[in-house]
Amino acid sequence: MENFQPVIVAFCCHYCAYTAADMAGSKRLHYPANVKIIRVPCTGKVSALHMMEALRKGADGVYVAGCLEGDCHFRSGNTRAARRVAYVKKLLDEIGIGGERVEMFCMSAGMGEVFARTASEFTEKIRSLGPNPARVADPACTGTAC
Amino acid sequence: MITAERKSMEELINCVSPYRRLLLVGCNECVTVCSAGGRKEVALLSSALQLHFMKEGKPFEIKEITLERQCDPEYVEELVAHIDSADAVLSMACGCGVQEIARRFKEKPVMPAVNTKFMGASERQGVWAERCAGCGDCVLGLTGGVCPIARCSKQLMNGPCGGSTKGKCEVDPEIDCAWQLIWDRLKALGMTEKYEENMPAKDWRTGRGAGPRKIVREDLA
Ligand code: SF4
Ligand code: SF4
Repeated sequence: MENFQPVIVAFCCHYCAYTAADMAGSKRLHYPANVKIIRVPCTGKVSALHMMEALRKGADGVYVAGCLEGDCHFRSGNTRAARRVAYVKKLLDEIGIGGERVEMFCMSAGMGEVFARTASEFTEKIRSLGPNPARVADPACTGTAC
Repeated sequence: MITAERKSMEELINCVSPYRRLLLVGCNECVTVCSAGGRKEVALLSSALQLHFMKEGKPFEIKEITLERQCDPEYVEELVAHIDSADAVLSMACGCGVQEIARRFKEKPVMPAVNTKFMGASERQGVWAERCAGCGDCVLGLTGGVCPIARCSKQLMNGPCGGSTKGKCEVDPEIDCAWQLIWDRLKALGMTEKYEENMPAKDWRTGRGAGPRKIVREDLA
């Protein structure tokens, strides 16, 4: 468990969180390589199924990162995404995986530090929770695609 | 549309637990529109069940298929190609769809994944409300297009009752008083004389009162 390197999938919107990740990069800010970023046009594009399938295919944690409240490029994509994250949390609690493995974050395009800090803190949180229980119990699941 | 809501995961997990190979069947019609049992919901439930059983370390296979309409035999027939490779069927259609599968595939256990609720309409994104109770003798022409049976808590034919307050129903302040809506609409239409007509007691035999109903169109049957 000490060597456990969690696989984190981060759905980041093109206009804010993804640009913040870019900003973190150009500022040479360190964030864990555990975080695999998937760029989406808007967090409103991220459905409950995207989050669930990321976990089913072996991710240990998933987060959705969009614009600050009221700043969504498409008006309400981030608030919709937040509601979907809440829905998935409940679903994960119901099936015994645990809702704390998914989270929603908001940041602006200029918040490189927030991006790096969020990535580090979420990775640490998942590290302390341990591996995705479905991945542990299913020998066929490699943590990449199963 | 016929509206429905997915059952709790606890109930679903319990009912599919005895089986190893499950056929999960959605429907492209009403339950798709009310986000209960269309292709997307089928994929989501499938994902959730797989995750759960992976965690339990229990062998579990699931096949997803969404039919055009589960309440029509010709579409249910499409399941012939898949039924033998499943131990049981979990249907995400309304009760009509579940029963069509059960009727066609007599040897296969068929379970409902949703609770069928009512005939309703979308109020806004994600919200559906009851509109018609299928009474079999529609009075909407007399009531300004607002149904007193489905929308009045007491199914009054000559309302409102004494509990109508500021447009809300005494049963629940979230519910609009149907008879207030009827009055407002008739007034706007200049048809308040309709309100003065006393409606006779309703003959419930056209509804569920005389047992299960059937429609036969001689020219088509
Ligand atoms: S009067 Fe009867 S048929 Fe008409 S909307 Fe109401 S319940 Fe439905
Ligand atoms: S308050 Fe209005 S809707 Fe409620 S029971 Fe009375 S008449 Fe019906």
